[in-house]
Amino acid sequence: MASVERKESVGDLKKGKIELTRGAVIRNPGNITDYHTGSWRVFRPVIDQEKCTKCSTCWRVCPDAAIFVDKAGKYMVNYDYCKGCLTCVKECPVKAISKELEQK
Amino acid sequence: MKLVIEASEAVALGAKLSRVKVCPMYPITPSTHIPERISDYIFDGEMDAEMIHVESEHSAASAMIGSILTGSRSFTATSSNGFELMYEILPILSGMRLPAVMAIANRAVAAPINIWNDHSDSMSARDQGWIQLYVESSQECVDTIIQCYKIAEDKKVLLPAMMCLDGFTLTHVFENVDLPAQKKVDSFLPSFKIEDKLDVKNPKTFGPIGFPDSFMELKKQQQDSMLNALEVIEKANKDYAKEFGRSYGDGLVELFEMADAEYAILALGTICGTAKAKARDLRSRGKKVGVIKLRCFRPFPVESLRKAAKSLKGLAVLDRHISLGAEGPVFTEINSTLPKIKVFGYIAGLGGRDVTLDHIEGVFKDLEKGKQSREWLL
Amino acid sequence: MVLKEVRFHGRGGQGAVTSSQVLAVAAFHDGKFTQAFPNFGVERTGAPIESYTRIDDGPIDVRQHVYNPDYVIILDPSLMADLDMTKGLEKGGLVIVNSNKTPKELGLGKFNTKCIDITKVALDVIGKPFVNIAALGAFASLSGEVSLKALDKAIDERFAAKGKIAALNKEACKVVFNKCEEVK
Repeated sequence: MASVERKESVGDLKKGKIELTRGAVIRNPGNITDYHTGSWRVFRPVIDQEKCTKCSTCWRVCPDAAIFVDKAGKYMVNYDYCKGCLTCVKECPVKAISKELEQK
Repeated sequence: MKLVIEASEAVALGAKLSRVKVCPMYPITPSTHIPERISDYIFDGEMDAEMIHVESEHSAASAMIGSILTGSRSFTATSSNGFELMYEILPILSGMRLPAVMAIANRAVAAPINIWNDHSDSMSARDQGWIQLYVESSQECVDTIIQCYKIAEDKKVLLPAMMCLDGFTLTHVFENVDLPAQKKVDSFLPSFKIEDKLDVKNPKTFGPIGFPDSFMELKKQQQDSMLNALEVIEKANKDYAKEFGRSYGDGLVELFEMADAEYAILALGTICGTAKAKARDLRSRGKKVGVIKLRCFRPFPVESLRKAAKSLKGLAVLDRHISLGAEGPVFTEINSTLPKIKVFGYIAGLGGRDVTLDHIEGVFKDLEKGKQSREWLL
Repeated sequence: MVLKEVRFHGRGGQGAVTSSQVLAVAAFHDGKFTQAFPNFGVERTGAPIESYTRIDDGPIDVRQHVYNPDYVIILDPSLMADLDMTKGLEKGGLVIVNSNKTPKELGLGKFNTKCIDITKVALDVIGKPFVNIAALGAFASLSGEVSLKALDKAIDERFAAKGKIAALNKEACKVVFNKCEEVK
């Protein structure tokens, strides 16, 4: 299969081989998971599990679907994708989510 | 089986014989008889296909993206401004490399509103990445629809194809047709298989963004495939002749009395029939004249044309369309293909104006005199 | 045989296009090559319509309209006031007119004009003024370009789905044919 070499990363596009299928079909879909957008953050939301009432507000309002419920039923932040918009911090009815400055 | 049928029915039978599975169609004069006949076949249980009654031509073309991606051979037909409404989707079908086949019952594009024939619809879409074959008779309609699938689905091509037939001047003509047998068509045209298919169990992404660092390569792939189509069209024509005993020149251009011709007319579609009749008449009076039928306009068959025209003293191109502000598009391309030959360009048959034997005779006279008396055959 | 060209004149809805097509199919059954096509103006009921049939022994290339017909068939002579229906027809050429007048009264004296009251036959046989197919009986008789047997077959095929219309049209066609045999 034909391919072109992307010599440098361009934004989120990583350098490397790009397969050129006919019609530009992407045969390994879901490759967006390769692009971690969590590096954008200035502040990170941190959930205080003691205060959390599991009301799911943060899960509903997160524009990146970066809040998930783990096997134990706890609401967690997926920091690979959380861009630090802090909507969850603002919306949490019991103020269980705080913001912390990222150390870069 | 020999019979007398309307060309529109010949087109519909071509789709039926090709075992088309999905037909998203929106009727418009003069293509309407094509979906009407296909509806008949489906209703009568003679054709195992789904007719999608879409709400517009834009949807007809869009539905073909989906239907072809499921691996279903698909067909539609349209004309004129209906075709123009499909415009946005045409380069998407070709860019996604989907072997759609469409019949265009060529009709002038409004305004002024006009239901009759010229090539302003399909000619304006010559850069959309579709193969374009122009046909002359009902027989050629049925044969060419079958060939279109063979060509479009070839692994070296994988591009959509449109078969252009002159509205009314051909669509509404009843004439003799020798209908190929289904069994033979089945062996000529195997069932359609698509490499990358819409499948929930094996998901893929179709129609993604093409970034600047890969877009040109993808376009070059399309161009390479388009050029591959030249030999694939020739081969389809040859193989078809083996199976069914009929061929149309080399598949790209069809030559009439060209062996020793000094002057020739080049045209597309039904004009060629009238030109042949006049050339035969002039030959009986000792004139060395011939006709070049440009069957394949996209891809443009440069080599076949150079071979056909190499010993001509003069050539006239009859365009059934004008690129307003420039000239006839076929004339432009023939001029760049045959730099050593004197070529006259004429605009003819717009909006259903009949192209007559007298017009043709006048053009041959111009050629003989070496002086073009007029550009518009009014 | 050289190429023969027939031109039909009628009104939209009268069936001139169907006539030209049925004639083409009949000629095909006689072993000929053929071509039939309409020349529409506006697609409106009552508007003047021209339709053409070409018949030859070999394949037909020419696709221009019919300008110099060998035969003219006029289904409705009331259109003659506005249209030159014999345009391009050679002097002495055959004109078949659905009329109860004489050729002279219609001003068609210089042609081989045959006036047949096809409307009357249609009303007698079919019960409706369907003259388009019956007119072909006159053409078969007077021109000899197509056989009545082939016409019957073409009519059967064309009207197969329309019940007794096929039989009635065949009967009207035969009556007109026989009438013309007498006046030939």
